Amino acid sequence: MDAAQNAPGYNLVTIGEHKINIRPAVLEDLPNVVDLDDRTTGLRKPDYWDDLFTRYGNRKDSRFFLIAEEGSTLLGCIFGEVRSWEFNSVPCGWVGTVSVEPDLRMGGIGTILYKEICRCFRKAGVTKVRTMIPRDATDLMSFFRSQGMMAGPFIQLETDMEEGA
Amino acid sequence: MMSLQKATLFALYAVLELAEDTDRQLSASEIAERYNISTNHLAKVLRDLGRAGLVESVRGAGGGYRFCGNAKRTTLLDVVQLFEEVGTGPSNSIVQNTNAGAALSLVMDEIEEITHATLLSITIETMLKLMRKRRPEKPTSTGLFRAV
Repeated sequence: MDAAQNAPGYNLVTIGEHKINIRPAVLEDLPNVVDLDDRTTGLRKPDYWDDLFTRYGNRKDSRFFLIAEEGSTLLGCIFGEVRSWEFNSVPCGWVGTVSVEPDLRMGGIGTILYKEICRCFRKAGVTKVRTMIPRDATDLMSFFRSQGMMAGPFIQLETDMEEGA
Repeated sequence: MMSLQKATLFALYAVLELAEDTDRQLSASEIAERYNISTNHLAKVLRDLGRAGLVESVRGAGGGYRFCGNAKRTTLLDVVQLFEEVGTGPSNSIVQNTNAGAALSLVMDEIEEITHATLLSITIETMLKLMRKRRPEKPTSTGLFRAV
Protein backbone atom coordinates (compact mmCIF):
# COMPACT_ATOMS: atom_id res chain seq x y z
CA MET A 1 0.00 0.00 0.00
CA ASP A 2 1.28 3.46 -0.82
CA ALA A 3 -1.16 6.29 -0.26
CA ALA A 4 1.22 8.69 -1.94
CA GLN A 5 0.50 6.91 -5.24
CA ASN A 6 -3.16 8.01 -5.04
CA ALA A 7 -4.12 5.61 -7.82
CA PRO A 8 -7.74 4.40 -7.74
CA GLY A 9 -7.87 0.86 -6.42
CA TYR A 10 -4.15 0.75 -5.76
CA ASN A 11 -4.56 1.31 -2.02
CA LEU A 12 -7.61 -0.88 -1.54
CA VAL A 13 -7.79 -2.66 1.81
CA THR A 14 -10.58 -5.08 2.71
CA ILE A 15 -11.91 -5.10 6.28
CA GLY A 16 -14.84 -7.49 6.62
CA GLU A 17 -17.36 -6.37 4.03
CA HIS A 18 -15.75 -2.96 3.58
CA LYS A 19 -13.41 -2.24 0.67
CA ILE A 20 -11.50 0.82 1.84
CA ASN A 21 -9.30 3.09 -0.21
CA ILE A 22 -6.52 5.04 1.52
CA ARG A 23 -5.25 8.12 -0.33
CA PRO A 24 -3.96 11.64 0.28
CA ALA A 25 -6.70 14.17 0.95
CA VAL A 26 -7.70 16.55 -1.82
CA LEU A 27 -9.48 19.89 -1.57
CA GLU A 28 -12.83 18.33 -2.46
CA ASP A 29 -12.62 16.11 0.66
CA LEU A 30 -12.73 19.06 3.06
CA PRO A 31 -16.54 19.38 3.43
CA ASN A 32 -16.77 15.67 4.29
CA VAL A 33 -13.81 15.96 6.68
CA VAL A 34 -15.48 18.92 8.41
CA ASP A 35 -18.71 16.90 8.72
CA LEU A 36 -16.86 13.88 10.14
CA ASP A 37 -15.02 16.07 12.64
CA ASP A 38 -18.33 17.67 13.62
CA ARG A 39 -19.91 14.23 14.23
CA THR A 40 -16.84 13.11 16.17
CA THR A 41 -16.10 16.15 18.32
CA GLY A 42 -19.36 18.09 18.25
CA LEU A 43 -17.44 21.14 17.00
CA ARG A 44 -17.65 22.48 13.44
CA LYS A 45 -14.29 23.99 12.42
CA PRO A 46 -14.20 24.62 8.62
CA ASP A 47 -11.54 27.34 8.89
CA TYR A 48 -9.27 25.07 10.91
CA TRP A 49 -9.50 22.23 8.37
CA ASP A 50 -9.08 24.61 5.45
CA ASP A 51 -5.90 25.99 7.01
CA LEU A 52 -4.70 22.51 7.86
CA PHE A 53 -5.24 21.30 4.29
CA THR A 54 -3.31 24.31 2.98
CA ARG A 55 -0.38 23.40 5.21
CA TYR A 56 -0.55 19.59 4.96
CA GLY A 57 -2.56 18.62 1.90
CA ASN A 58 -0.10 19.37 -0.84
CA ARG A 59 3.11 18.32 0.88
CA LYS A 60 4.28 14.76 0.34
CA ASP A 61 7.77 15.03 1.79
CA SER A 62 7.16 15.63 5.49
CA ARG A 63 3.46 16.45 6.00
CA PHE A 64 0.72 13.94 5.41
CA PHE A 65 -3.06 14.24 5.35
CA LEU A 66 -4.67 10.92 4.45
CA ILE A 67 -8.25 9.79 4.18
CA ALA A 68 -10.02 6.43 4.21
CA GLU A 69 -13.05 6.09 1.96
CA GLU A 70 -15.43 3.45 0.72
CA GLY A 71 -16.74 4.43 -2.67
CA SER A 72 -17.32 8.14 -2.26
CA THR A 73 -18.04 7.91 1.48
CA LEU A 74 -15.41 9.28 3.85
CA LEU A 75 -14.81 6.86 6.74
CA GLY A 76 -11.81 8.41 8.45
CA CYS A 77 -8.80 10.68 8.21
CA ILE A 78 -5.41 11.22 9.79
CA PHE A 79 -2.77 13.90 9.52
CA GLY A 80 0.73 14.33 10.78
CA GLU A 81 4.15 15.68 10.03
CA VAL A 82 7.82 15.17 10.64
CA ARG A 83 9.12 17.74 13.10
CA SER A 84 12.78 18.28 13.78
CA TRP A 85 14.58 19.59 16.86
CA GLU A 86 11.53 21.00 18.62
CA PHE A 87 12.06 20.74 22.37
CA ASN A 88 15.55 19.39 21.58
CA SER A 89 13.99 16.29 20.06
CA VAL A 90 15.59 14.44 17.17
CA PRO A 91 13.34 14.38 14.06
CA CYS A 92 10.22 12.29 14.59
CA GLY A 93 6.72 11.90 13.20
CA TRP A 94 3.84 13.61 14.98
CA VAL A 95 0.28 12.43 14.49
CA GLY A 96 -2.03 15.43 14.78
CA THR A 97 -5.21 13.46 15.10
CA VAL A 98 -6.98 10.42 13.74
CA SER A 99 -10.71 10.47 13.22
CA VAL A 100 -12.99 7.56 12.27
CA GLU A 101 -16.73 7.44 11.59
CA PRO A 102 -18.17 6.77 15.08
CA ASP A 103 -20.26 3.73 14.02
CA LEU A 104 -17.22 2.04 12.49
CA ARG A 105 -14.78 2.43 15.36
CA MET A 106 -12.80 -0.57 16.60
CA GLY A 107 -13.15 -2.05 13.13
CA GLY A 108 -9.59 -1.51 11.96
CA ILE A 109 -9.94 1.69 9.88
CA GLY A 110 -7.95 3.80 12.36
CA THR A 111 -5.25 1.14 12.47
CA ILE A 112 -4.90 1.17 8.67
CA LEU A 113 -4.65 4.97 8.64
CA TYR A 114 -2.12 4.91 11.49
CA LYS A 115 0.02 2.25 9.83
CA GLU A 116 -0.04 4.15 6.55
CA ILE A 117 1.04 7.44 8.08
CA CYS A 118 3.79 5.58 9.94
CA ARG A 119 4.92 4.17 6.60
CA CYS A 120 4.98 7.74 5.25
CA PHE A 121 7.03 8.86 8.27
CA ARG A 122 9.51 6.04 7.79
CA LYS A 123 9.80 6.94 4.13
CA ALA A 124 10.58 10.51 5.28
CA GLY A 125 13.48 9.15 7.30
CA VAL A 126 12.24 8.98 10.90
CA THR A 127 11.79 5.94 13.12
CA LYS A 128 9.74 7.32 16.03
CA VAL A 129 6.15 8.54 16.09
CA ARG A 130 4.46 10.71 18.75
CA THR A 131 1.14 12.27 19.51
CA MET A 132 -0.51 14.29 22.29
CA ILE A 133 -3.93 13.42 23.66
CA PRO A 134 -6.28 15.07 26.15
CA ARG A 135 -6.14 13.08 29.37
CA ASP A 136 -9.89 12.53 29.32
CA ALA A 137 -10.02 11.35 25.68
CA THR A 138 -10.07 7.74 26.80
CA ASP A 139 -11.04 6.13 23.47
CA LEU A 140 -8.38 8.02 21.57
CA MET A 141 -5.74 7.22 24.16
CA SER A 142 -6.75 3.54 24.12
CA PHE A 143 -6.42 3.55 20.34
CA PHE A 144 -2.87 4.89 20.39
CA ARG A 145 -1.99 2.57 23.29
CA SER A 146 -3.26 -0.36 21.22
CA GLN A 147 -0.78 0.68 18.52
CA GLY A 148 2.02 0.23 21.04
CA MET A 149 2.44 3.85 22.12
CA MET A 150 3.67 4.49 25.66
CA ALA A 151 4.40 7.67 27.61
CA GLY A 152 7.40 9.39 26.05
CA PRO A 153 10.24 11.37 27.60
CA PHE A 154 8.37 14.70 27.47
CA ILE A 155 5.75 16.08 29.84
CA GLN A 156 3.41 18.81 28.67
CA LEU A 157 3.19 21.71 31.14
CA GLU A 158 0.92 24.74 31.11
CA THR A 159 -0.44 27.52 33.30
CA ASP A 160 -2.96 30.32 33.23
CA MET A 161 -0.95 33.52 32.69
CA GLU A 162 -1.44 36.08 35.36
CA GLU A 163 -2.41 39.59 34.34
CA GLY A 164 0.73 41.59 33.60
CA ALA A 165 2.99 38.56 33.63
CA MET B 1 6.62 4.21 41.45
CA MET B 2 3.03 3.24 41.90
CA SER B 3 2.42 0.74 44.67
CA LEU B 4 -0.30 -1.87 44.25
CA GLN B 5 -1.76 -4.01 46.96
CA LYS B 6 -0.87 -7.70 46.74
CA ALA B 7 -4.40 -8.71 45.79
CA THR B 8 -4.41 -6.24 42.89
CA LEU B 9 -1.08 -7.46 41.59
CA PHE B 10 -2.17 -11.11 41.86
CA ALA B 11 -5.38 -10.26 39.98
CA LEU B 12 -3.42 -8.61 37.17
CA TYR B 13 -1.09 -11.62 36.95
CA ALA B 14 -4.05 -13.99 36.78
CA VAL B 15 -6.07 -12.00 34.26
CA LEU B 16 -3.11 -11.49 31.94
CA GLU B 17 -1.93 -15.08 32.25
CA LEU B 18 -5.40 -16.46 31.50
CA ALA B 19 -6.23 -13.91 28.77
CA GLU B 20 -3.07 -14.86 26.89
CA ASP B 21 -4.80 -18.06 25.82
CA THR B 22 -8.55 -18.07 26.41
CA ASP B 23 -8.85 -21.78 25.55
CA ARG B 24 -6.38 -22.70 28.27
CA GLN B 25 -7.46 -23.50 31.80
CA LEU B 26 -5.08 -22.99 34.68
CA SER B 27 -5.54 -23.83 38.34
CA ALA B 28 -4.80 -21.33 41.08
CA SER B 29 -1.77 -23.39 42.09
CA GLU B 30 -0.38 -23.41 38.55
CA ILE B 31 -0.59 -19.61 38.32
CA ALA B 32 0.71 -19.17 41.87
CA GLU B 33 3.70 -21.38 41.16
CA ARG B 34 4.52 -19.44 37.98
CA TYR B 35 4.63 -16.13 39.87
CA ASN B 36 5.89 -17.50 43.17
CA ILE B 37 2.91 -16.18 45.11
CA SER B 38 0.52 -17.58 47.71
CA THR B 39 -1.97 -20.09 46.27
CA ASN B 40 -4.52 -19.40 49.02
CA HIS B 41 -4.37 -15.66 48.46
CA LEU B 42 -4.60 -16.09 44.68
CA ALA B 43 -7.58 -18.45 45.03
CA LYS B 44 -9.45 -15.76 46.93
CA VAL B 45 -8.52 -13.18 44.26
CA LEU B 46 -9.72 -15.54 41.51
CA ARG B 47 -13.08 -15.87 43.24
CA ASP B 48 -13.36 -12.06 43.24
CA LEU B 49 -12.44 -11.98 39.55
CA GLY B 50 -15.09 -14.66 38.94
CA ARG B 51 -17.76 -12.57 40.64
CA ALA B 52 -16.70 -9.64 38.42
CA GLY B 53 -17.18 -11.78 35.31
CA LEU B 54 -13.57 -11.69 34.23
CA VAL B 55 -12.70 -15.35 34.84
CA GLU B 56 -14.76 -18.51 35.19
CA SER B 57 -13.97 -21.77 36.87
CA VAL B 58 -14.15 -25.00 34.92
CA ARG B 59 -14.86 -28.08 36.98
CA GLY B 60 -13.66 -31.61 36.44
CA ALA B 61 -10.42 -33.23 35.35
CA GLY B 62 -8.15 -30.64 33.79
CA GLY B 63 -10.36 -27.96 35.24
CA GLY B 64 -9.21 -24.60 36.45
CA TYR B 65 -9.86 -21.01 35.54
CA ARG B 66 -10.10 -19.34 32.18
CA PHE B 67 -10.52 -15.74 31.07
CA CYS B 68 -14.08 -14.95 30.00
CA GLY B 69 -13.99 -11.15 29.85
CA ASN B 70 -13.70 -8.91 26.79
CA ALA B 71 -9.99 -8.23 26.36
CA LYS B 72 -10.68 -5.32 24.01
CA ARG B 73 -13.01 -3.61 26.46
CA THR B 74 -11.53 -4.49 29.85
CA THR B 75 -8.94 -2.01 31.07
CA LEU B 76 -6.28 -2.27 33.74
CA LEU B 77 -8.36 0.17 35.78
CA ASP B 78 -11.33 -2.24 35.66
CA VAL B 79 -9.18 -4.89 37.33
CA VAL B 80 -7.37 -2.60 39.76
CA GLN B 81 -10.59 -0.99 41.00
CA LEU B 82 -11.95 -4.37 42.04
CA PHE B 83 -9.35 -4.40 44.78
CA GLU B 84 -8.39 -0.81 45.54
CA GLU B 85 -9.38 2.76 44.83
CA VAL B 86 -7.51 4.80 42.22
CA GLY B 87 -7.71 8.52 41.65
CA THR B 88 -9.73 9.29 44.74
CA GLY B 89 -8.00 12.57 45.45
CA PRO B 90 -5.15 13.58 47.68
CA SER B 91 -3.93 11.42 50.49
CA ASN B 92 -5.92 11.76 53.70
CA SER B 93 -2.69 12.32 55.54
CA ILE B 94 -2.12 15.66 53.78
CA VAL B 95 -3.28 18.58 55.92
CA GLN B 96 -5.46 20.44 53.45
CA ASN B 97 -6.03 23.70 55.33
CA THR B 98 -2.41 24.83 55.16
CA ASN B 99 -0.51 26.44 52.27
CA ALA B 100 1.97 23.57 52.18
CA GLY B 101 -0.82 20.99 52.35
CA ALA B 102 -2.78 22.66 49.56
CA ALA B 103 0.31 22.87 47.35
CA LEU B 104 1.20 19.24 48.02
CA SER B 105 -2.37 18.24 47.21
CA LEU B 106 -2.07 19.90 43.80
CA VAL B 107 1.00 17.81 43.01
CA MET B 108 -0.52 14.59 44.36
CA ASP B 109 -3.70 15.25 42.38
CA GLU B 110 -1.62 15.53 39.21
CA ILE B 111 0.01 12.18 39.91
CA GLU B 112 -3.36 10.58 40.68
CA GLU B 113 -4.91 11.92 37.48
CA ILE B 114 -2.06 10.61 35.33
CA THR B 115 -2.25 7.22 37.04
CA HIS B 116 -6.01 7.07 36.49
CA ALA B 117 -5.76 8.08 32.83
CA THR B 118 -2.98 5.57 32.19
CA LEU B 119 -4.77 2.61 33.76
CA LEU B 120 -8.02 3.59 32.03
CA SER B 121 -6.42 3.75 28.59
CA ILE B 122 -4.68 0.37 28.60
CA THR B 123 -6.84 -2.62 27.75
CA ILE B 124 -6.05 -6.25 28.45
CA GLU B 125 -5.56 -6.75 24.71
CA THR B 126 -2.98 -3.95 24.63
CA MET B 127 -1.21 -5.59 27.57
CA LEU B 128 -1.16 -8.91 25.68
CA LYS B 129 0.52 -7.12 22.76
CA LEU B 130 3.10 -5.68 25.16
CA MET B 131 3.67 -9.11 26.67
CA ARG B 132 4.28 -10.65 23.25
CA LYS B 133 6.62 -7.79 22.35
CA ARG B 134 8.55 -7.65 25.59
CA ARG B 135 8.49 -11.20 26.87
CA PRO B 136 10.91 -11.34 29.86
CA GLU B 137 13.64 -13.92 29.89
CA LYS B 138 12.23 -15.41 33.07
CA PRO B 139 9.18 -14.58 35.21
CA THR B 140 9.70 -12.12 38.02
CA SER B 141 7.64 -11.51 41.11
CA THR B 142 7.61 -7.76 40.66
CA GLY B 143 6.40 -7.33 37.06
CA LEU B 144 5.17 -3.90 36.06
CA PHE B 145 4.19 -2.79 39.52
CA ARG B 146 5.57 -3.05 43.02
CA ALA B 147 3.36 -4.87 45.48
CA VAL B 148 2.97 -3.64 49.05
